[in-house]
Amino acid sequence: MVLLFQDKRTLNIKKMKKEFTISVYTENHVGLITRIAIIFSRRKINIESINAGPSEVESIHRFTIVITETEDVVQKVARQIEKQIDVLKVYYNTDDEIVWQEMAMYKVPTKVIAEQVKVERLLRQFGANTVVIRNDYTVFETTGHREEIDALADALQPWGLIEFVRSGRIAIIKASEGIHNAVLEFEASKPGEPVVENEFLDKRDGVFTM
Amino acid sequence: MEKTIEKAEPQIQPAEEPKTHTGGQVVLEAFLDEGVTTIFGYPGGAIMPIYDALYDYTDRLQHILVRHEQGGIHAAQGFARASGKTGVVFATSGPGATNLVTGLADAMIDSTPLVCITGQVFAHLLGTDAFQETDVINITTPVTKWNYQVTDAEELPVVLAKAFHIAGTGRPGPVLIDITKNAQLQKIAFKGYQKCNFIRSYRPKPVVRPEFIAEAARLINAAERPFVVFGQGVILGKAEEEFKAFIEKAGIPAAWTIMGMSAIPTDHPLGVGMVGMHGNYGPNRLTNECDVLIAIGMRFDDRVTGRLDMYAKQAKVIHLDIDPAEIDKNVKADVPVWGDCKETLPLLTALVDKKVHAAWHRKFTDCQKREEEKVIYNELNPTDEVLTMGEVIRILNELTKNEAIIVTDVGQHQMVACRYAQYNHSKSNITSGGLGTMGYALPAAIGASYGDPSRPTVAIIGDGGIQMTIQELGTIMQFKPNVKILILNNCFLGMVRQWQQLFHEKRYSFVNIESPDYVQVAKGYGIPGDSVSQREYLTDALKTMLNHPGSYLLEVMVGKENNVFPMVPQGKSVSDIVLSREEMG
Repeated sequence: MVLLFQDKRTLNIKKMKKEFTISVYTENHVGLITRIAIIFSRRKINIESINAGPSEVESIHRFTIVITETEDVVQKVARQIEKQIDVLKVYYNTDDEIVWQEMAMYKVPTKVIAEQVKVERLLRQFGANTVVIRNDYTVFETTGHREEIDALADALQPWGLIEFVRSGRIAIIKASEGIHNAVLEFEASKPGEPVVENEFLDKRDGVFTM
Repeated sequence: MEKTIEKAEPQIQPAEEPKTHTGGQVVLEAFLDEGVTTIFGYPGGAIMPIYDALYDYTDRLQHILVRHEQGGIHAAQGFARASGKTGVVFATSGPGATNLVTGLADAMIDSTPLVCITGQVFAHLLGTDAFQETDVINITTPVTKWNYQVTDAEELPVVLAKAFHIAGTGRPGPVLIDITKNAQLQKIAFKGYQKCNFIRSYRPKPVVRPEFIAEAARLINAAERPFVVFGQGVILGKAEEEFKAFIEKAGIPAAWTIMGMSAIPTDHPLGVGMVGMHGNYGPNRLTNECDVLIAIGMRFDDRVTGRLDMYAKQAKVIHLDIDPAEIDKNVKADVPVWGDCKETLPLLTALVDKKVHAAWHRKFTDCQKREEEKVIYNELNPTDEVLTMGEVIRILNELTKNEAIIVTDVGQHQMVACRYAQYNHSKSNITSGGLGTMGYALPAAIGASYGDPSRPTVAIIGDGGIQMTIQELGTIMQFKPNVKILILNNCFLGMVRQWQQLFHEKRYSFVNIESPDYVQVAKGYGIPGDSVSQREYLTDALKTMLNHPGSYLLEVMVGKENNVFPMVPQGKSVSDIVLSREEMG
């Protein structure tokens, strides 16, 4: 767990609020999302987006969390997260230090797309891909940044957007030389244990309880 | 056509390992291997299988039945603080587990190693609002270093090993293991317990970086006014000798926080007193005059720093701590020395020059003299008929020859005891620092008397705090530990009353608390006691208390509206420490 200790000169830069993406590598254990989420809610920091799932290795999960705060606060929060027993490593980056994507799906009446060339052009302009086509509705998806997704959603509004859903952000860190190999080597040197879940939830009726 | 019936080869099954131990027994076997001797606990439905197993272990494990689970966990804390070992608590599900939360929060913020085992309803009932079911794991996640729910007894040996490893290493803290009832009853093939010494996602202490030590030594050697402030990290790291060697070689005056108090004897020539809101005058003022501030095993709590923007800004700060999240958290360190102080201190001592800073040290003694004249002398040697808390402490020191463990509750008496108690040995000052839990002292003193039976344990408690956990007198009655209970009764919630007097124009809003006749209450619990309110009887009463072969309760009626000074008013700089009400303006 290598940490950077900032010197007093960089203090002023840290006082401005910016969007930060915090990437966390953790064990795959039940309830870890809570342990990490409370570090933010404790300070009443709103998590703008959170994405969690397996990394290249099943037993190691990667969280991507987006908040808007000063670097000072983000550094302290990052250290608090890294302190947790089941957390392996924490990175925090500003928007220009990462390459990120967010996904969205839009459900539009098929009639509108069939009849309105404008809508068809709009979807082509935003690079929307078709996911399903049905008689009554069609579902599109786009991948990009928040502003681009918001723009398409706003543009589709007058044409009868039926449903809209956004994914969390996933981000690749620009300065991440060797991360993939590090993850694989780490798993190889000390393999993770399988996660133990509650096996008994569906056996309720058959058990006599005191 | 004939059908040939093929006879299948008889399958040879691997011999089934005999399932020898229930989950409950595995817990106790783990405790024995971890060196646990004493458990504080309270049974209940969901933890009954563990208690049933415990019935056969009473020759090897001592279990103290408390009167409230909060009493149990504070007792385990007192045990851990006095002995340096990990404290152990049992509680049942539901209300039993929730009663532990205050103690967990206290242990978390004061870095006390604890392993708490809570019973839980059957695994298939989780989430159904079953009888005495609560979501213990999620309630205790913010106040534990680690917690885990065991639903299958096969996991128990590994989980318990992890629990003890996590609780006792690195920066210690409380760990809670929630075991569902089916796991406690389930039998497994227990092949022996193996201690845990490695968790891949946990690094309790780093490899020390020598370049930071070298830089720290360079700063110290060039310093003209170096100042050491140390906290509980020196005691938790078992580094009292290494610490003494360091300050003695470099000749640096050293002040303690209330949590670090007693790591060096209070009469050590380089010890200059206590920092903090009610600490000593010199250490607080001279923090803003030193040129190098060396913080060892302390976390710059707000009670110690006062206004952060006016705290040691003129000094270079060297911070030795095992928890990397504490470095740069409140005070920016010029030289962070992340590591276990038992390792980092000797490395630092080797590189610092042997020095004496006589003129700088004299500034501390001059401040001490001023404080003596204006505050200390009158507090310890009052002349009017009102008894002060300070004089009680002074006589106690004389009678115990500074050998006792003193456990304090929270409030004015806590500040007075921490200011005036004298100690020869480490691990003698047991108090609730970070959380300030009233009701801590009585159960913690019980635990401390088990943790270190070689020395007398004196609990100093206010009339507010004693009423919060007074039920633990029942634990004393039943198990007869030797605890001296000294109640300093000023008929008020003193600390709050002081603030209402100083900052709220004496609007005493609900601080006048009435007390029962404590001697009668103790008598009901079979504990002898006495009450004094006059100076002529005080010394003899204290002598009787200390000489009594068993627990004893002494109530001392002290001045009702006495205030604790000096004080760093809230929101002010440590330089603004005032010696009396008149100085507050």
